[in-house]
Amino acid sequence: MKSADVVNVDPNGQTFLQRVYLVEIVKGLWVTLRHFVGNLFGRSYTVTVPWPEVKREYSDRLRGKHILLTRDDGSPRCVACYMCETACPADCIHIEAEEDPTAAVEWEKRPKVFTIDLLRCVFCGFCVDACPKEAIVMSREHEMAFSSRDQAVVGLAELLQKQPVATLDLGYRPYYGESKRLIALPIPMKSSTS
Amino acid sequence: MATREALLETIRSLFPDGSGVAEDAGCDVLTVRSDRTALPHLAQRLKNDPSLDFDLLADVCGVDYPDRSERFEVVYHLASLTHGHRLRIRVPLREDDATLPSLIGVWKSADWFEREAFDMFGIIFDGHPNLRRILCHPSFRGHALRKDYDPGQRWLLREGEQYEPAWARDVREDDDHFETQILNLGPSHPATHGTLRVIARLDGEIITQAEVEIGYLHRCFEKMAESHTWNQVIPYTDRLNYCSPMINGVGYALAVERLLGVTAPPRAETIRLILSELSRIMDHIVCIGANLNDLGAMTPFLYMYEAREEIYSVLEACAGGRLTISYVRIGGLANDVPAGFEDAVRYLIGKVTRVVDDMERLITKNRIFRDRTEGIGVLSAVDAVNWGWTGPCLRASGVGYDVRKAHPYLGYETYDFQVPVATGGDTLARYLVRVEEIRQSLRLVDQGLARLAPGPIISDDHRVALPAKDKVYTEMESLIWHFKLIMDGMKVPAGEVYGFTEGANGELGFYIVSDGGGKPYRIKVRPPCFAIFQAYPEMLQGRMIADSVAILGSLNIIAGELDR
Repeated sequence: MKSADVVNVDPNGQTFLQRVYLVEIVKGLWVTLRHFVGNLFGRSYTVTVPWPEVKREYSDRLRGKHILLTRDDGSPRCVACYMCETACPADCIHIEAEEDPTAAVEWEKRPKVFTIDLLRCVFCGFCVDACPKEAIVMSREHEMAFSSRDQAVVGLAELLQKQPVATLDLGYRPYYGESKRLIALPIPMKSSTS
Repeated sequence: MATREALLETIRSLFPDGSGVAEDAGCDVLTVRSDRTALPHLAQRLKNDPSLDFDLLADVCGVDYPDRSERFEVVYHLASLTHGHRLRIRVPLREDDATLPSLIGVWKSADWFEREAFDMFGIIFDGHPNLRRILCHPSFRGHALRKDYDPGQRWLLREGEQYEPAWARDVREDDDHFETQILNLGPSHPATHGTLRVIARLDGEIITQAEVEIGYLHRCFEKMAESHTWNQVIPYTDRLNYCSPMINGVGYALAVERLLGVTAPPRAETIRLILSELSRIMDHIVCIGANLNDLGAMTPFLYMYEAREEIYSVLEACAGGRLTISYVRIGGLANDVPAGFEDAVRYLIGKVTRVVDDMERLITKNRIFRDRTEGIGVLSAVDAVNWGWTGPCLRASGVGYDVRKAHPYLGYETYDFQVPVATGGDTLARYLVRVEEIRQSLRLVDQGLARLAPGPIISDDHRVALPAKDKVYTEMESLIWHFKLIMDGMKVPAGEVYGFTEGANGELGFYIVSDGGGKPYRIKVRPPCFAIFQAYPEMLQGRMIADSVAILGSLNIIAGELDR
């Protein structure tokens, strides 16, 4: 390696003032005092929040709990093609297909069973990338608690969201065109709704 | 750097009778096939011949080919830090006689790597002083990475079956006829930063003998990779070094891309570089912060985590996850960075600079810190290379080896940055090197931002990258490729590659073997921690128990990467 590429960071010997130690302590106390005053009057340094009264805001790409989107008539967009089940690296999606009796064309599939084991799920978003129908997307809901393992296996009833897409708290989903929300730093916060 | 032909000629001349080694043509690095009887002689000469000077044994791993008559293959990856050349040695072995001489006498770094090959494949390394399982527990039966091993089996480690070194059982008295004590530090101790177990014999407060036990966080990364498609491995790589997940993903993707012969578009390369350097900063922040915390300095730890928290926010805005980001894809990135990325990163550069300045004001000239770290855990340059050290720990011992300079990738050769080197080899030197590396990484991020030009973020090769979503929804052709890539996985040409990048802790290598199918045939990770941590018991001898914590923190052992 060329010598210009290397920078030596060997420590210098300690000066008398460093050995005396008190000078450096005063300098250190000045730093902590600055942080203390800054936090007291402006919160200019802390990134911690008094959770759960105040929560931090995440970006609109957060990979939270899954949502199965519906068509305008309320039927699932999912056509049970098994792409997400195949793409899932954690094997947490289970689909059983059936024929859709209400479909206008013959042999249209729909999911009879669609479950996601949220405890197995690693929230990588590969199912969203794999879906060819934009049927599975992710929400920003990330605080999930279960009282049993069975409860963590969620089915169509819980995943299917029938309200208009605009009202959902959407997270990671296919992007084409401009991303809507900016990254905001310092981290934005919101008061808890409860 | 000698050419491949010249290097091969020199190696051939070690065996005047023409036996011993044969070249395997068409590999990514010079590859020779060696006979196991010729191996000790070959290894000795490779290390000691000044024109060869292979001082670093980067990796030893096994590969299982059940269809071949010589079923196992032990693969060595060597590097010369002075000349910059690299070599791969392959030693084929029959199943009924899977024994070969241990190279621990030539390179100390062979110690744990050989134990791992024994654990995973049952290959016996003759002359290894401590050949026992390393990642799996003592009650484990079978060898997990053999192709015929059924991964569904469960082996329970019962109370009383755990490993206990023989020397820890006998009662010993010190010179003053006081009984020495055996202390277990870990596996779940706040100062071990992960699940590591240190067994130490204490004479008062002095450690006279030590041994470490790892594998508590082993989650079969390599076995899992063999049953997943190439892209599905990426979420697993996040969990290797979880303090800097981006670097692992980039290292893995670059290795597979080399095998595929594709390159990511320039914008993707630049974003990879920016986020890798931010991840390196995060990793060093964790290392320095936690090390200082162990030494009793709580304040800098909390100050620095402010910056880390905001770097996580940027990663989350880009990828959707904070820790397990899964942002890299083979051929590029999953998504483009969101609007406002440049401003956020510029804000981060200012933030990290301020935080590091504050931390330095508190610590670097503080006499308590200096007295606590200077001369503690010293490892000389020769020993460090011998143990297989790379990264900041090696540079703190005075060897200026950095993959980003020596074997540039992602266009690092076009960036203006310096590699910090210290000669002390102690805990203080490792701290100073990391602090300077944070500053150099900031320079890289700044230059990367200036080069961020609009463009695609993933290769347009339909055999590798998923087509754009709007095309999948509207075009038949794209939908078919989308379907093929998801259902079968991309087809990576048969072959092998050792891709190595500069992880936050050192050389992160991915030795990848493909059989041309949609799934990797074998992936071996060369985790930098693994080589670093094996020197730890030797470094502890004669040190105070409080120093063991200071040394451990400065080595930055990440259990996720260590145990895989």
